[in-house]
Amino acid sequence: MIVEIGHFAAILALLMAAGLAGAGFLAAANPAWRGLTQALALGQLAFVALSFAVLVAAFVGNDFSVAYVAQNSNSALPWHYRVSATWGAHEGSFLLWTLIAAGWTAAVSVAGRQLPSEVHGRALGVLGALNAAFLLFLLSASNPFERLLPAPPADGADLNPLLQDFGLIVHPPLLYTGYVGLAVAFAFAAAALLAGRLDAAWARWTRPWTNAAWAFLTCGIALGSWWAYYELGWGGWWFWDPVENASFMPWLAATALIHSLAVTEKRGAFKAWTAFLALTAFSLALLGAFIVRSGVLTSVHAFATDPERGVFLLIILALAVGGAFALYALRAPSIGSRATYDGVSRELLLLANNAILTLALAVVLLGTLYPLAYEAATGGDKISVGPPYFNRVFVPLMLLLAACLAIAPISRWKRTPLKLFQKAGWMLLAAAAIGLAAPLVFAGALKAGAAAAAALGTWVAVVLAADCWRRRGALTRSYLGMAMAHLGFAVSLVGIGATSQFSSALDARLAVGEAVELNGVTYRFASLSQVDGPNYTAERGTFTTDAGVTLHAEKRYYAASGQVMTEAGIAAGFLRDLYVTLGERLPDGSWAVRLNDKPLVRWVWLGALLMAGGGILAVMDPRYRRVRVRRRSADAAAMPHPAQSSG
Amino acid sequence: MAPTAAASAAAHRMIGRLLPLAGFAALVALLYLGFTLRDPTLLPSALIAQPFPRFDLPILGGSGQRATEADLQGAPRLVNVWATWCPTCLAEHAELTRIGAETGLSIIGINYKDDAAEAIAWLARHGDPYQFNVVDADGDLGVELGVYGAPETFLVDAAGIIRHKRVGEVNPAVWENEIAPAWRNLAATP
Repeated sequence: MIVEIGHFAAILALLMAAGLAGAGFLAAANPAWRGLTQALALGQLAFVALSFAVLVAAFVGNDFSVAYVAQNSNSALPWHYRVSATWGAHEGSFLLWTLIAAGWTAAVSVAGRQLPSEVHGRALGVLGALNAAFLLFLLSASNPFERLLPAPPADGADLNPLLQDFGLIVHPPLLYTGYVGLAVAFAFAAAALLAGRLDAAWARWTRPWTNAAWAFLTCGIALGSWWAYYELGWGGWWFWDPVENASFMPWLAATALIHSLAVTEKRGAFKAWTAFLALTAFSLALLGAFIVRSGVLTSVHAFATDPERGVFLLIILALAVGGAFALYALRAPSIGSRATYDGVSRELLLLANNAILTLALAVVLLGTLYPLAYEAATGGDKISVGPPYFNRVFVPLMLLLAACLAIAPISRWKRTPLKLFQKAGWMLLAAAAIGLAAPLVFAGALKAGAAAAAALGTWVAVVLAADCWRRRGALTRSYLGMAMAHLGFAVSLVGIGATSQFSSALDARLAVGEAVELNGVTYRFASLSQVDGPNYTAERGTFTTDAGVTLHAEKRYYAASGQVMTEAGIAAGFLRDLYVTLGERLPDGSWAVRLNDKPLVRWVWLGALLMAGGGILAVMDPRYRRVRVRRRSADAAAMPHPAQSSG
Repeated sequence: MAPTAAASAAAHRMIGRLLPLAGFAALVALLYLGFTLRDPTLLPSALIAQPFPRFDLPILGGSGQRATEADLQGAPRLVNVWATWCPTCLAEHAELTRIGAETGLSIIGINYKDDAAEAIAWLARHGDPYQFNVVDADGDLGVELGVYGAPETFLVDAAGIIRHKRVGEVNPAVWENEIAPAWRNLAATP
């Protein structure tokens, strides 16, 4: 009975979302409707949340009469994985998606009350229409509440062992919060195009929402990469896999959008381009959802694919994105920006940022879709585009981006006197020396990519530190957020350079008691034992190093699904990770063992966390709230436009 | 500026603004083609529609007899890569036995990187659904077949062409949804 309540709540939420789509546009014409939009936005959230809670309860209570529960859970599954199994496959993860979409919509409805109703109402209308489409898809093509009656199975088929993991408990919620958060920027851009006011005020409302969504997306991607690193057992942390690319493309667009919004808000330039990016970022998130769920591209991460759903998602994609781009074609401002700048100005550097990120995005999009186009063109031949393509094009672009990023904080709007860059030039020399020396000292070898990454990363950090010192006492949260995010980029860059060029791996045949050396560390296969987990049995190899580090690598057999998983033994460190995986047992009783030495691999994710933290810090800048306070007290008709130098 | 020049500039802007829409329409067309053209449940495998790789290996427990890829031809067969060190192979053994007994599809085993004496004892203990097994002690045939790990199962047609590849356990669901339809397809298209 309780499951039917969840089902019914989802239907009510659909009706409310559809109502919100109508009420939003009515409120844009007549502010009297605004009260109704808020009630519908909050009501929709409440009913989706109820629906979601019911599904979680069905998992926790092992209700295998629900088909989705029976397919993705098992009574032996620990309770926390039963909770996360809720979003472990297609239907439930889409319910989570709609819950998060409803959450963002409610947030926009409440936090945007001071915005002019012709924009706020339309934005809510767009969000309501999107939510209605998502809920309609959920109820008609991927309903998680369907029952297996009258003969429910005695036990469930179990959750995919790959997903029985902490990383997968938190990864989808973070990623979806980022994806769907971009819908807010999308809705604001569509509303502004409809209202015909693509101005600095619009850019200002959009900025904190975009930063927040981007921060979540950054965390989600980093977490996915970390999960792949320790769970897939290959020691890799990024595979240029279609599903990874699907999350990376919206991130690149959102990163470009954050920077373009700064120019539109501060200088009134790039307006049409900024609107285009805002529409594109969420469109790419939808495209990502389509790629992951339709199974149109094969991937190591795709757990929930179904071609029939693909058509429905493609229709949503076509209507939402096609509609948005048609609107853009009709309404993008016909006059370009009147703002002028020359020489090496901040505008020019941000233009370079956008050009590089857009090019990078095009590279990833092309590489992701090329196999599909090839197959369509050749009538079924398959081809895969691998890391060599992506790395060859992507790495130089990111190094170029780092160089622009390094001098951006000290640049000025309109025109920057060249003497300002003099100090940065000296810093570059010092950073280059460090970049060349560090790999020599720590790894005893020099490699161009790692050295370039280390030099540019150091340069970014040094220039930022000097600029923070110059501005001491007058540091705003916006500026600190920018500095933290840029520092995060530098940290990731250095980590990626070091780990991709100085990692070493060794496949060894080891019996218990034997030892092998890799990169100056001796690994001893100390013991092998049988371990019983809650829903699996495992063979656990214990390895010790001469430095006293102990690593446990496991090979797990999950009885309910019959799958075998390797669980890597990882000794994580700030400077290097030691990483051991058990391969297969060989006929003579020894084991195939893979050893990995991964220098600075933690920096990749540490940098991403700093970037996300920077984004959140910038959202908390009081200047985004100042406008509303002023409007409330003075009821000012025009948006104030403070000229702050921080972007 | 002459009116014609202004009009042409406006037309250029319009084209620029229509570009995203046009690009997106092309993308949707591609995606639509993408999943109507193919069966997305198949992993791209270089081996599908290719002849089974050449091999010449001893038969398990066969006192010196050998088998080659020619021995696979003549009828559709399921070729199963297994070993005694592989717990999942034991897990799928009951289903392979059922398939062998109930459907009449002949099953050939590749005993992969294993000890021959242990393998014979293992089959004696758990039952033997295989028509015969070849001994791939060094895993050379496994390399040719692109085996990630045991078990893996290939559906090979009567002409010795690989038609389907399954990585991991064959359970009733996999049989029903994946392998049996592929086998029926073989029967339908001689």
